[in-house]
Amino acid sequence: MTRQSRAAWLFTAPVLAIIALVFVLPTVLALGLSVTDYSIYALADWSNLRFVGLGNFVDLLTTPLFWRALGNTALFAGLGVPMAIGASLAAALLLHDTTIWWKPLWRVALFAPYVTSVVATAIVWRFLLNTRFGLINYALGLIGIGPVDWLGDPHASIPAILIFVTWKIFGYNMIVFVAALSAVPQDLMEAARLDGASRWGRFRHVTLPAIGPTLLLAAVMSVAGFLQLFAEPYVMTMGGPAQSTVTVLYFMFDEGFKWWNLGQASAVALILFILILGVTIVQTRIGRRYEWL
Amino acid sequence: MALKPRTVRTIVANAAVALLTAVTLLPLFWMVTVSFMPRGESNRFPPPFWPSRWSWENYYELLVRRLIDGAWFDYRIVPALWNSIAIAALSTGLGLLLTVPAGYAFAKLRFTGRERLLRLLIAALVVPGQVAMLPLFLMLKEIGLVNSYAGVILPGLAGIFAILFVRQACLRIPDEMIDAARLDGASEARIFRSIVLPLLAPITVTLALFMFLGSWNDFLWPLIVLSDQDKYTLPVAIAGIVREHAQDGELMMAAAVVTTLPVLALFVTLQRFYMRGLLGGSVKG
Repeated sequence: MTRQSRAAWLFTAPVLAIIALVFVLPTVLALGLSVTDYSIYALADWSNLRFVGLGNFVDLLTTPLFWRALGNTALFAGLGVPMAIGASLAAALLLHDTTIWWKPLWRVALFAPYVTSVVATAIVWRFLLNTRFGLINYALGLIGIGPVDWLGDPHASIPAILIFVTWKIFGYNMIVFVAALSAVPQDLMEAARLDGASRWGRFRHVTLPAIGPTLLLAAVMSVAGFLQLFAEPYVMTMGGPAQSTVTVLYFMFDEGFKWWNLGQASAVALILFILILGVTIVQTRIGRRYEWL
Repeated sequence: MALKPRTVRTIVANAAVALLTAVTLLPLFWMVTVSFMPRGESNRFPPPFWPSRWSWENYYELLVRRLIDGAWFDYRIVPALWNSIAIAALSTGLGLLLTVPAGYAFAKLRFTGRERLLRLLIAALVVPGQVAMLPLFLMLKEIGLVNSYAGVILPGLAGIFAILFVRQACLRIPDEMIDAARLDGASEARIFRSIVLPLLAPITVTLALFMFLGSWNDFLWPLIVLSDQDKYTLPVAIAGIVREHAQDGELMMAAAVVTTLPVLALFVTLQRFYMRGLLGGSVKG
């Protein structure tokens, strides 16, 4: 063994060992756990553990609440990704404008919500979204819209949480998009301007193709993020009203740590993993087709 | 005198950014003012923005242990604050110790299996952490680490992202510098300490900030692994309080302030490092 490779193993072995023990091994065990009936009885005594094959997955597919959680999560992602990416892009386009003063100041201020604790800000938003005393309904009242029962109406609860999530995360992709926008070739932009392209035409045919890969990457990462929503419903709605905000991860947490059906919960975790993997693959494919990547 | 179009545009664009920023910061600002309102004042219409008198009573109730009818009454926020600080500091310190040398090795030291390991690490990034959580909980339970600091910190130490982040930064260090030191007879440990580490100082600050904030704000795993109230971190503690005291707006805002303000202050102080790290990961260059 050379001196270099000896040093390299010394440098990498500790963290690789930890990754193997707390990440790789449990991930493999999750596969095993998902085909057992691991429950509170097995927690007390391992001998109560039985192999059930794909039983957990079959059970899940016949559990209405699981389908509800899948549907809610799909709704969260389907509405939330365009909302969040749109907000980030709008803010980035605004901030990219050459006439803006004090750009670093605005950037930091708009990014600030992203670094705060989800739990703490979710508590703040619970009060902002209060039906009677909340600022949101007050502001809506000023423009003539009647009070919305944001967190109590099953049709309003997902939009309510999405408003909060968008507020919290848009700063991240805004920063990423501002950087991408400043890399748009200026000579191309100038040429389009001289050719008489409209503002929208320049955006559509120069800016958008140039930042396309960045937008796609941001979308993939946002979908994965929305599929992992948990703390927001846990703090703001406890999954309610009428189970309208139970997400896949919320369902997994309840199944695993409220009812101690860890076998079943592992099956949920694996389905979540497959979903995230699937979305990532599909979006990469789409990106290739449009030659963004 | 008519304004030039350029001037109008400047004013409109700047006003729009200022408005967007004001709306974005409003919830945080409102959180602070409500936390200083006397009890019950925020439950009014229209919602008040400013306390009728500034009062510390919410912070007093939240942070000070009081004797009520012969029993000690305590929200356990002060222990939670210390737990959060200790856990975030330990995860950051240990995380850096583990991942910075590893990231350097993956970039600059030649060893068999390096490329294959690197590919495996990148592939592992698509596996969401929640998959490992349930078995990991059972493993920690078997060895008695449930409900301990070690149990909370351990999964965060598997910092694949951090390794790749450090590796990316190390790739920019010229090989000639390291080779020259080798020819002069410096040991690999010496090269790392005296040449590489000083060059990595800025990105180490960035990474430390990411790790600290990540640990401070983490919720699901501490919620799973901690069962004893005195071990709770701040997010777990305040999530528990809000489920019981949902009506006490002023008290809950004080709890939110205690949880968010320390990291906001840290972020604002070190924002230069944070922003640089953010772009390092997403934009080639």
